[in-house]
Formats: sequence, structure tokens, C-alpha cells
Amino acid sequence: MKTICFIVLASLFYLPMQGQTYMTRNGNVSFFSKTPLEDIKAENTQAFAAVDLSKRSVAFTLLQRNFLFPKQLMQEHYNENYVESEKFPKAQFAGTFTGDVKTTPGTYKVQVSGQLTIHGVTQQVQNIPAELEVNEGKMTAKAAFAVKPSDYNIKIPSLVKDKIASQINIQIAAVCQPAK
Amino acid sequence: MQKIACYIILCLLFGHTAASAQDTSLLRMLNESENAGDKSHIVTGTFKATQLINVPTIESPGKKSLQFLIMHRFGKINEGAYELFGLDNASIRFGLDYGITDRLSAGVGRSSVDKAFDGNIKYKILQQSTGGTPVSLSLYELVTHYTQRYTDKPYLSGRFRTSYTSQLLIARKFSRNLSLQLAPSWTHYNLVGTPEDKNDVFAISAGGRMKFTKRMSLTAEYNYLLPDQVVSTKIYNSLSLGVDIETGGHVFQLVFTNSNGMIGPYYLSKTNGSWDKGDIFFGFNISRSFNFRK
Repeated sequence: MKTICFIVLASLFYLPMQGQTYMTRNGNVSFFSKTPLEDIKAENTQAFAAVDLSKRSVAFTLLQRNFLFPKQLMQEHYNENYVESEKFPKAQFAGTFTGDVKTTPGTYKVQVSGQLTIHGVTQQVQNIPAELEVNEGKMTAKAAFAVKPSDYNIKIPSLVKDKIASQINIQIAAVCQPAK
Repeated sequence: MQKIACYIILCLLFGHTAASAQDTSLLRMLNESENAGDKSHIVTGTFKATQLINVPTIESPGKKSLQFLIMHRFGKINEGAYELFGLDNASIRFGLDYGITDRLSAGVGRSSVDKAFDGNIKYKILQQSTGGTPVSLSLYELVTHYTQRYTDKPYLSGRFRTSYTSQLLIARKFSRNLSLQLAPSWTHYNLVGTPEDKNDVFAISAGGRMKFTKRMSLTAEYNYLLPDQVVSTKIYNSLSLGVDIETGGHVFQLVFTNSNGMIGPYYLSKTNGSWDKGDIFFGFNISRSFNFRK
């Protein structure tokens, strides 16, 4: 009787353990703005990311001030004037994905939807094509999408309007390890 | 049997908590992990420009960026309508400052006042950080050499025309909008007007910036010259007020000051204008950055 009990118990506990939550503290998030006048790019290699395969959920969070620009002045303007890093230090995303993902090694195409928060404004984003690559002991998540600064209440003065694209392309690449 | 029921209840409870944890639990987990590893970081943007009005700020051009600075002062506004309230006359300084590293910069300049050349080095010794260093500290070293010709003073050879200014710039960004700076300074003149005047002149400058919109701020500075140092001429302390307007790579500063000169020895110990009498110079500083980093 006891053994049955333990087996039942173990199997029940085993299922959540098989939750397949992967996470990283070194996710790479970069953005790119291209206009005929100027290219602006920045990279953040300290994004936190988590993917739960069993619940099909995904989350990202990063600190705005960790974006590195090649030009110091751009970085200062980004933090001081556009995203206001002191007021809104974080950008984050929480959502779910649809698509067929197995735990066996392979590359799976998924669609991600959820809530994206930038500059204190939360917007619903739908059906971002993403790629989950499951390998032995790690999982790589990749996605590319575009956001409009105006959707997040980021005002661009008319004087520099021609230098900043109305759509900013964002690329995400996160190599995640199984969460302990 | 009871035991089994017990386990089942337990399992159900466990299962329930797991199921109620929606996707936000992942975010919560990340946030907790992030907060735990939150390190202190350097405070940026204490001031917009590399000079408050006349006094240098702790800021310097970033690595591999070149800043072109035009400082411009019209004549005294009390000169009346005949001189168009000073607009008929102007003095100007051109400056180029280059960031060798993010902390070290070097610059040269030329003023129309006394046809003076200057060279400077600025080094950030300390940088304010959250939960760490409370202030930023920069050292500013300036050499000034004037080339104005005086036919009645043929003895004025090169070494008499040179002076040196050292300023220790101590600044703190108190909030997003308020930054203050204190700067003791020491100026050495190789030649002064009379034997009673001191060759080594000490002053202390205080100033600050108050942002009132994201891109505009009010600035003020006061340079207090310690007494009994310059005695042969009537000297006033320099008081300046300004408005900074920032646009992309430019900073425009509209200023009102009682100093005609725009470099250390001039505004610190040669200010002969008085606010009371209306000896106020209107002017502007414009800085433009050029980047040599790809």
C-alpha cells in the first residue's frame, strides 16, 4: 500500500519537476534603427529570460541602462530623454506561445503573444514569429519584431525625427539553461 | 486508506498551486533573480554640457568624440540703444575638446578677449554611482597664453603672458532634475598688474542645473574670489544665469553674465562688470559633438 502511495506521489511530483523551465541571465537583446541619416544600434547582453515549455509561457526582463551604444552621447540621450531609465528602469515581456514544441532536440517555430512593457506603457503584442531550438541541456530562443516608439509614449522631437526610425527593429537571442 | 486520502489531498493542493501560477510567475521569478543581483551603477548625465556657463563641469566628451564649442558674449546691455544694448560688440571663444578615453579629455581654445590661446586637460577622478561614490570629481587644468600686442609694453615676452588655472570639480546629481557643483580653484599668473596683487589667486565656484523639461534646464553659477588678492583694479565676483536647450548632438546655452572673459583667469579674477550697474553680457554657448567611433 505504502509503495503504491509513494509511486503515485512521486509521479505527481515528477510531473511539475518535468516542467522544463529554462532560463538565462545573459540574454541578448539588441535594437536597430535605420534611417538614411543615421544608424542607431544598441545591445543589451544582460537580459533575463525564462521559457516554460510545459506551460508554454515565456518572460523577459531587462534593465534599460544596460543597453550599450557605440556612442556615449546616444546612450545618454536614450537613458535621459527617450526611455527615462531612472523613472522606468525596466522593460519586460510576459506571454505565451503557440506551436508544436517537443522536448526532443530540434528547432521549433512558434508564435509568441503577450504583454510588452516599455517606458511604463504596457501594450499587447500578437503573434511574433519566434524559434525555439531545443538541445541537450539547453534551449535557444530567437525572435525578431518591430516596435513603434510612439506606442510606448516615447516622444521624438521633430528636430531629430529624421534620424530615428518610426519602427525600431528588435532582435532577441537567449541561450537558456534548465532552471534549478 | 486514510493515508492515501491524505496524499491525494496533498497532491491536489500541490497541483492546484502549480496550475494557478500563470505566466506572470515566470516574470516574478526573473524579477526576484534580477533584484538579487542588482549592482550599483554609474550615474550619468549630471550636466548636459562640458561647461556650466563659464565654469567647466565634471562632464567631458566621450571616447573618440570631438566637441566643437562656440562661446559668445555680446557687449554690456547697459550700453544703451546706440550700441543696440551690447549687440554691436561681441567677444568669442572657439574651443575643440577631444575625448581620449571616457574619463580623459584634452582641448584647445582661442578667445578674442586679449587674443588668448588656451589648452586644457580634464580627468574624471571619481564617478558618482548609486549606493557607492556620492559625488563625481574631476580635475581641470588650464593653461592660458594671451597674444594681444602692446607697443608700450615691449617687455611682455611669452612667459609673462601665461597663467595656469587648476580647478577641482565636485558635483552631485541629487535627482533627475537637480545637479549641483562646487569648484575650488587656484590660478597662478606669471605677471600681475602691481606688486600688491597676488600671483596666486584662489576662488571658489558654486553652481547648478535645474531641469524643467526633459530637454531644457536653468543653470546658475557664482564664482567667489577670496578677498585681498586682486587690489589694483575693482573686481566683482562673477554671477551667471543661463538656460540650456538640448537638441540631439547640440547643446544651446543662453546666458547672462557679468564676465566678459570665458576662460578661467578672466571670469575668476578679471570680472569688472557689476550686475547692480547693469554691466550684464548676454551671450550663448553652442556645443556640437562629432563621433569618430563607428
